[in-house]
Formats: sequence, structure tokens, C-alpha cells
Amino acid sequence: MKVAVFGACSAIAIEVARLYAADGHELYLVARNEERLETVAADLRARGASKVEIFSIDFLNTDAHHGLVEDIISKAESLDLALVAYGLLGDQLQAQRSFKKARKIIDTNFTSVVSLLTLLSNLMEKNASGTIAVISSVAGDRGRKSNYIYGSAKGGLNIFLQGLRNRLSTSGVHVLTVKPGFVDTPMTADFKKGLLWSKPEVVAAGIVKAVRKKKDIVYLPWFWRYIMLIIRHIPEKLFKRMSI
Amino acid sequence: MSEFSCWGRYPHAQQTAYKLSWRDQVYTVISSENSVLPYGQGRSYGDVCLNDGGALLVSGSIDRIIEFDRHQGIIRAEAGLTLEELLRVVVPAGWFLPVTPGTRFVSLGGAVANDVHGKNHHRHGTFGSHIKRFALLRSDKNVYECSPEKEIDLFRATIAGLGLTGFILWVELQLIPIEDSCIRMESIKFNSLSEFFEISDSSNQDYQYTVAWIDCLKQGAGFGRGIFMRGNHASAAEGKGLKVYEKTLPAVPFDMPEWMLNRYTVGAFNALYFRKQLRDSVTKIVPYDTFFYPLDAVARWNRIYGRSGFMQFQSVCSRDVIERILQITAASGQASFLAVIKEFGDIKSPGMLSFPRPGITLCMDFPNRGASTLKLLRELEELVCSRGGALYPAKDAVMSERSFKDCYPSWQEFMEYKDPKFSSSFWRRVTGER
Ligand SMILES: Cc1cc2nc3c(=O)[nH]c(=O)nc-3n(C[C@H](O)[C@H](O)[C@H](O)COP(=O)(O)OP(=O)(O)OC[C@H]3O[C@@H](n4cnc5c(N)ncnc54)[C@H](O)[C@@H]3O)c2cc1C
Ligand SMILES: NC(=O)c1ccc[n+]([C@@H]2O[C@H](COP(=O)([O-])OP(=O)(O)OC[C@H]3O[C@@H](n4cnc5c(N)ncnc54)[C@H](OP(=O)(O)O)[C@@H]3O)[C@@H](O)[C@H]2O)c1
Repeated sequence: MKVAVFGACSAIAIEVARLYAADGHELYLVARNEERLETVAADLRARGASKVEIFSIDFLNTDAHHGLVEDIISKAESLDLALVAYGLLGDQLQAQRSFKKARKIIDTNFTSVVSLLTLLSNLMEKNASGTIAVISSVAGDRGRKSNYIYGSAKGGLNIFLQGLRNRLSTSGVHVLTVKPGFVDTPMTADFKKGLLWSKPEVVAAGIVKAVRKKKDIVYLPWFWRYIMLIIRHIPEKLFKRMSI
Repeated sequence: MSEFSCWGRYPHAQQTAYKLSWRDQVYTVISSENSVLPYGQGRSYGDVCLNDGGALLVSGSIDRIIEFDRHQGIIRAEAGLTLEELLRVVVPAGWFLPVTPGTRFVSLGGAVANDVHGKNHHRHGTFGSHIKRFALLRSDKNVYECSPEKEIDLFRATIAGLGLTGFILWVELQLIPIEDSCIRMESIKFNSLSEFFEISDSSNQDYQYTVAWIDCLKQGAGFGRGIFMRGNHASAAEGKGLKVYEKTLPAVPFDMPEWMLNRYTVGAFNALYFRKQLRDSVTKIVPYDTFFYPLDAVARWNRIYGRSGFMQFQSVCSRDVIERILQITAASGQASFLAVIKEFGDIKSPGMLSFPRPGITLCMDFPNRGASTLKLLRELEELVCSRGGALYPAKDAVMSERSFKDCYPSWQEFMEYKDPKFSSSFWRRVTGER
């Protein structure tokens, strides 16, 4: 399989890439820190990837997306799987005080992903095959005061992916929305960890399985589906007073 | 804070933990803190991996393979990589660890810093003897590449250096070739300590791996009984191929109540274990995890000792002292079912503070019952240290300053290479340094 990973230095993405490497697949990795990306690439080669190519870019620079996708295709010819993993949690308090900060969260998690997916979806639609998997978040299921800027970007992304899936369903392109719960990664380094937390390896295995099974939406680990089911059904009258 | 404790869960420590993912992050933390200590997987039993009041540099996600030469069997990887992850990659390629401790959940950095040993000490020496080179980042911001040829003293100080000479960024290790990933294992019952010595003497020549479980509660008839296990890597014809084995059973879900482990329950367990094997000698082809990592099948087994934790006592000393230790332990009735005994060989490690030395090593677990446990451990410690033996820092939570300095006379030479910003709870305890 030819797998492209956007945000290949994310802790979750690294674990997904390791699983594909162990099975000897080809990996096309994109991230902004080239030195770190090199170490990830070496690791994946040692673990059995049949080919690893790296590309460095800051995804906020959407003007460069077209060139990036062309570069990848010139090396890979076609893609079987595109995984979009990068994201930015940001600081909610700062973002509610400054639109500049809020915009960076929205652009990273939503606008830039739309740009990238526009290119990737047209490509895959033309080939009438492939999988687009995007890591969104349970935070996009309901707005909460603690992270609604990040949450609304991920929520927008969820709707975008729904529409895309609907559009591509007849052309043989699979669109997967991944909604992880709490994952112990650098993004959440400052949070106190408890029972609901998972390791990136566990989430990664869930992503690989959902890709294989051609799932539409997957909550990872599975129990988040039920947690979010409850949270989504709390009446707004009550929810607006809650602190969760 | 409990996320970063030691395996015996005694003593406790309060520390600021930095979870690191990239080599380029380490120096920033070192420069921003007053006292730092690298932390691998926390599989050390006592406080060598704790830094009360200071900071921990948690290496867990600095875990990438840098290069794996499948033809020469040389692997270079970041220090946070666990032996489990390493085996997943090297076993299918026909290679194995030259030395492995009794758990695969340890990091490369931790294996170097404690200069760990395994069931093949009599043939292969310690882990440190198989290191080709490593990179060490110190608080002076320099990265030192150390090997038996370059930065020799820093190389010798860092192997068994207890994380005090700097942060190991990566390690290059020479692996050993295998035809198959099973072990041809023979288990032999013995009824006394002298029988154990006899079997051990006659096995060291032909068996790469030797170790024994010993019943250290049994007094009177049957004192010193146990089961001796010896083995070699299976040949291609005997085995099942170069498979990765990682058997897992359900984890221990919570802390068990302390009263569950007492001399009667453990005595019964030991008797059952001894009788489980009916014949005097049994030979089997077993997966490598069954042979090397029997305890790894049960995640978080340290919870069976309850909240107050437990302590391990591992010493190396002469045969007569071992007999005395066993007598004192059996008479005390302080339950210990995980007791392991093995004869070390005479291969000298490059490490200045390395623990293994010629003699018999005995390893016993004691539930922490407060004063009575400490009293027993003190008595055993006095005995070992007054008779030229030594205790293993990786397993220790109580040894005194005097014992440490007696057992490790090179500590003064070591001081020259210790990094001034690095310290641990263990180090402050055994040197009186602040
Ligand atoms: C079930 C079990 C069986 C065991 N069997 C054996 C055995 O047979 N033989 C044996 O020798 N030991 C054995 N041990 C002990 C274990 O192998 C050692 O304590 C080992 O060092 C633990 O590695 P770790 O990664 O957990 O390191 P930690 O316990 O986290 O740290 C150990 C030391 O390594 C240092 N360190 C860690 N990473 C680095 C780094 N990157 N740079 C510099 N220093 C670093 C730390 O500062 C600390 O001093 C066993 C332990 C268990 C739990
Ligand atoms: N961790 C959780 O609890 C959790 C829960 C639900 C969903 N998620 C989602 O899971 C995905 C992966 O995150 P993670 O948990 O693995 O965290 P992570 O390790 O911090 O990964 C996030 C990655 O995104 C990259 N990135 C951010 N902005 C970028 C930009 N403009 N250009 C290029 N790269 C950029 C970061 O690169 P740098 O290192 O260069 O900054 C980093 O590698 C994210 O989409 C996140 O929203 C995480």
C-alpha cells in the first residue's frame, strides 16, 4: 500500500506509520520539522517500510499544498491512503481573548485541512480508489467552554467530511472520520491523566483497523462512542450550566 | 505523581516529570532545572529511578531506531526504546539480545545505566559488555560519543552509571544470531542447596542460560529445594521459526489487600510450584517469552503486594553466605515467593559501578511490612557487605551509605564523571550528597 501521512511527527501518526511499516508498506511523510521527520523516517525504514520519502511544509501555508501534493504524486504515482493527523489544541483562554489566536486554531484544524482535502479528494476521485482518513476529535461533537474554539474547528471538519463521504460514495473513495477521546501525547502533556486516557498505540491500532474495515466514523477507543452519545443528548438547558 | 514511581512502589517521591519525545528537547529541560534524572520505564525496584524534589527526564517517547544492520546484527536506537520493541524488529531478522533481564519492559538507557545482567552472565557478562558506542548529553551542552576506544572513562562511568553521568541519547548494540526464537529448556528439581551447586557447576559449560527458582520459606527437610532451569537457543530443526512471542494474561486490576500474602499462602504457593513438576527433569521447546519473561505475561503484577509496596533484596556473595541468608530468611518467615538464584561468571564489565562479580546471586522479594521488613533487610545487608559481597542498586531501597561505599570502592573515581546537575534519591541516600 502507498500511504501518505500529513503531520507525520504527531505521536498518534507515528504509531500508525509504525504499524504500516511493519507490514512493509510505502510511506510518504509530511511534517514541518525536517530534522525530527528524518528520525521518524529512519525508524520506519528499520521497522520494515519498503520505501519512505519525506516532505517538509507548514500546513498553514496553504499556497504550498498544491506543490506538495504534486511532489508526493511524482514520487508515489498514486495513493492508497492519505491520513491527515496534524492538529492544534491551542489555549482556549487565550483564543477567546484574541481572534488572532482563535484563527490559528481554526485554520490549522479546519481551513488548511479543507485545502489539502480538496486536492486529495479530486485526485482520488479521478482514480476512483483510495481512502482519506482524518483525525478529528470527540471535542467536535459538542461545544464546551473549556475548548469550544478547537471543538468548533473539529466540528466543522466533521461536517465537511460527512459531505465529502456523501459525494465520493459512488466513486469508490472511502472517507474515514476518526474521533479519538483523551490520548496521552505531547498535545495533552499538561493534562492530569486518569482512567479515560489511552496510549497512542491503542488509538493507532484502531485507526488501521477502521481503514481496513472501511468504517465511516470511528470513536477511539470504542467506549467514547457511548460517552459522546450521552453527552450529545444532555438538554442544552442543563448543559449550558455544566462544567465538563 | 504515581505515574512515575519505581517498580516496588517504595519509597515514594515527588518530582516534576517531563515527558520527552525528541532528542532536541532534552537539553532545554536540563538547563531549566536544578536537579535532573533520566527515567526509563521505572522497572527498577527502588529509588535509582527517583529524584525526590527534582525533575525527571522521561525518555519513553524518545524511542526511534536509527539504524539496523541486518547483516551484522548491529542496532542503533534512541535510549527510550524498550527491549520489547527492539525484539519485535530484530527477532524476525534472526537476531536476539546478547543479554536480557527478566523483563522486556525496560528501556535501552535503563539497561545501560544499571548494566543489567541475565541468565547468561556466566557466558556473556553484562549488557554493557555488548555496547559498541552511545551518545551522552551532559549539562555542559556537549554530546559525547563514547565507546571502548573513545571517551573511555565516560564510557566506563556511564555503564552502570545509574543515570548520573548525563542523558544517554542513543545506544549501539551488538546482537547475537539465532536460528529460531524458541529455547530448548530443561527443568531439573533439586532438594538442597548443595544439589543446586552441583547442577550449576555441571551446567555452566554446556548451557548458555542457567537460573533457578528457590523456595526460601522452607526450613528443615527440603531446605534449599527448588527448580533449576537451563537452556540454549533452539536449532532451526527443533523450533517453530523466527517468531515474536508476547503472551499476555489479564492484568492485576487493582491493589490487592496486604493480608493476602503471608507465610501460609506463600508457603502453599511455593509447595505447589515445587510439586507442579512431577518428574525430576523435563525438557521442552518453549517460546523465548516463556523462558525469559514469565512475569511479563501479567501486567502490573506489582499490585499483588498492595499499596504499601514491596522490596527486593538482590545480593552477590560466596556459597556459604548464601546458605546463611537463606537460613535467616526462612526463619524470619517473611514471605517471598519470587526468589531466584544464579551463579555469575567472571567476565568483567567495563562499568565502574557494575554490580555482577564472581559468586552466587540471590534475589528475593519482600512485601513491605514496615519495621520488621527493614530489620530483616538490615541484617542481611550487614551479612553480605561484611563478607565481601554486594547489593544491586537497581533493586535496592534501603542500603546504607557505608555498605554502598564498601561494595563499590570505585565510587570515588566515578565522582569525577558524575554530571553536577544530575542526581537521584538513591545517590543522595548512599553518598550523603545533597
Ligand atoms: C520483573 C523484573 C525482572 C527484572 N530482572 C532483572 C534481571 O534479571 N537482571 C537485571 O539486571 N535487572 C533486572 N530487573 C531490573 C531492571 O532490568 C533494571 O532496573 C532496568 O535498569 C530498568 O530499566 P528502565 O528502563 O525501567 O529504567 P528505570 O528503572 O526507569 O531507570 C533505571 C536507571 O537508568 C537510568 N536511565 C534511564 N534512562 C536513561 C537514559 N536515557 N540515560 C541515562 N540514564 C538513564 C535512570 O536514571 C536510572 O538510574 C528486573 C526488573 C523487573 C521489574
Ligand atoms: N491527544 C489527544 O488527546 C487528541 C484527542 C483527540 C484528537 N486528537 C487529534 O489527533 C491528532 C494528532 O495529535 P497528537 O495527539 O498526536 O498530538 P501531537 O503529537 O502534538 O501532534 C500534533 C502534530 O501536529 C503538527 N502540527 C500542528 N500544526 C502544524 C502546522 N501548521 N504545520 C505542520 N504541522 C503542524 C505538530 O507539529 P510540531 O511538532 O511541529 O508542532 C505535531 O506533530 C490531532 O489532529 C489532534 O487534534 C488528539
